[in-house]
Amino acid sequence: MNYNPFILNGKTILVTGASSGIGKSTAIECSKLGAKLIITGRNEQRLKETFELLVGNDHALLLADISEATGIDLLSDNLPQLNGVVHCAGVSKRLPLKFIKEESVSELHKINFIAPLMLTQKLYKKKLLLPESSLVYISSVASSYASIGSIMYMSSKGALNSFVKGLAFEVSTMKIRANAIQPGMILTELSPILSDDDKLKDSELYPLGRYGKPEEVAWAAIYLLSDASKWVTGSILTIDGGLTLR
Amino acid sequence: MNAKFIELFKETLEIEEDIVNTETKFRELEQWDSLAFLSVIAMIDEEYDIVIEGNDFKKLVTVNDLIEEIGKRKA
Repeated sequence: MNYNPFILNGKTILVTGASSGIGKSTAIECSKLGAKLIITGRNEQRLKETFELLVGNDHALLLADISEATGIDLLSDNLPQLNGVVHCAGVSKRLPLKFIKEESVSELHKINFIAPLMLTQKLYKKKLLLPESSLVYISSVASSYASIGSIMYMSSKGALNSFVKGLAFEVSTMKIRANAIQPGMILTELSPILSDDDKLKDSELYPLGRYGKPEEVAWAAIYLLSDASKWVTGSILTIDGGLTLR
Repeated sequence: MNAKFIELFKETLEIEEDIVNTETKFRELEQWDSLAFLSVIAMIDEEYDIVIEGNDFKKLVTVNDLIEEIGKRKA
């Protein structure tokens, strides 16, 4: 029996931030379901490691820093037409209110919010997004769930969520879909500021008893990329082991 | 270094009384909480351009330990 509505056969998918964490896992999982991947990131060595783990042939690797306009140009000049994009590139920096500087907040918003917006605009203007293509943005429950020192990160993800809703509305005329996934803490993206003990204590706050794994986010991205979600747009999918239930 | 650091430390935790010296076990201060923890990390980053990671920070007990850790990393 071959029935699988989540299959990605014949789809060309761009994954940003593919050198580590959720991006890496998303690229690998998508390749297992038949997609042709184009992976991008800033770190050549780690990007190559992801590339080696992709299943199947015909994938491509493009080194680019999409937080800069030149990086977006470089990337988009070398892309084919796409059926989907998963935007995973993002950074986190914890600073309490008193220590936030305009420079730090600008830098963080540039990577987490402005880069996905400008890249999307470029892909759209260059007509690289095929009709019925699917755009997926990795946000975070931090968009509305507070923790100490997270003001910069929270506001960048809040902006990203609102962007996705506005975008979904605008591109619906092209039958393009845009959705966000907001995970809770995922094992690979942990801040080194927290000690292992603190992480353990924090993970016990999750009703399902642990932090998430990158592939548990990747599988949601696959759903949103696949034809199984053809009528889903503008949604913000929470994947957090129950953290925000209370 | 010591006097300057103690001043910065007190300022970071908004301590006005003269209750902090190099022997102070900072986790025992009434003002110590998760915001104070992140604030001290941020202050050391801002003032000394040093990021003390969680697993290392956990081993530090007194204000002097903080000063020594900074000194060690600056060397």
